[in-house]
Amino acid sequence: MKKDKLIISKKNFSSRLIVGTGKYKSMQECAKAINLSGAEIVTVAVRRVNISDKKKPLLMDYIDPKKITYLPNTAGCFNSKEALRTLRLAREIGGWKLVKLEVLGDKKNLFPEMIETLKSTEVLTKEGFKVMVYCNDDPLMAKRLENAGACAIMPLAAPIGSGLGIINEINIRIIRKQTKLPLIIDAGLGQASDATIAMELGCDGVLVNTAIAKAKKPFQMALAFKNAVIAGRQSYLSGRIKKTLYGNPSSPKSGII
Amino acid sequence: MKKKIKIKLNGKLKAINNNSTLFNIVQKNKIPLTKVAIELNQEIVDKKKIKSINLKNNDKIEIVHFIGGG
Repeated sequence: MKKDKLIISKKNFSSRLIVGTGKYKSMQECAKAINLSGAEIVTVAVRRVNISDKKKPLLMDYIDPKKITYLPNTAGCFNSKEALRTLRLAREIGGWKLVKLEVLGDKKNLFPEMIETLKSTEVLTKEGFKVMVYCNDDPLMAKRLENAGACAIMPLAAPIGSGLGIINEINIRIIRKQTKLPLIIDAGLGQASDATIAMELGCDGVLVNTAIAKAKKPFQMALAFKNAVIAGRQSYLSGRIKKTLYGNPSSPKSGII
Repeated sequence: MKKKIKIKLNGKLKAINNNSTLFNIVQKNKIPLTKVAIELNQEIVDKKKIKSINLKNNDKIEIVHFIGGG
């Protein structure tokens, strides 16, 4: 089998699992879970430095950005202006151009605000950013993001942190058929098998945070997701059998005594 | 006694010396420059030039870094 790599914006990755770094009990727990997951890309948020508590541990001291690709996100942004400001700052921290754009539209369901997302994608692409875009599972909007210059399409499986798994398999399949861009399921996965399903649908990767960080045993779940993504990818590449209504015996019919 | 000015640093009001530079603020707060980005009045600041940026009354400084997020 030739080397099967995830290629995002001309950069090769061996792992197809991207993990978020939020919601862990500690930086140590986060770093260990990432290590076990085998992820080579992690999402990170941009926030104010804690001026009053200078001893607060820094993410970069636990997860080395030279070894793991940081993917700055715009979590918590509810309009284009906030998202652009956040990513310009992220780029300033250390030259990050590969970013995850996420503009939310509703505080309760956390669905993406797609008009603002589209506007931001256009601006960021013009500014030289490589934009991986969190979006809803709408094939038409996915197409528009692609036309606007997105470098990866990242539709939700279900609301962020909901753990519901892929709700609209049909839409994900349609998006898969229409785009050659990396297609990464972002948000809403709850257990390892959800990741396998995503990969079997032909997605190029999955992004998981809460399902690992909030599992009773995050380390074990990190490993489970790692294996689930590999299994799903191999299954997809292997070409599944056709579904039939009736049985088809596995043993030969001839020579029966 | 030196004259003081008021600035906002990450949302918190601070009284600082009149002739302070942005570099003085970074130094005083032990900010690891390679791990942050700085905004002055919503404009991104070139970190190499902070020694020559004099602060004025009512300046708003934001210093951000990466934290865990999904």
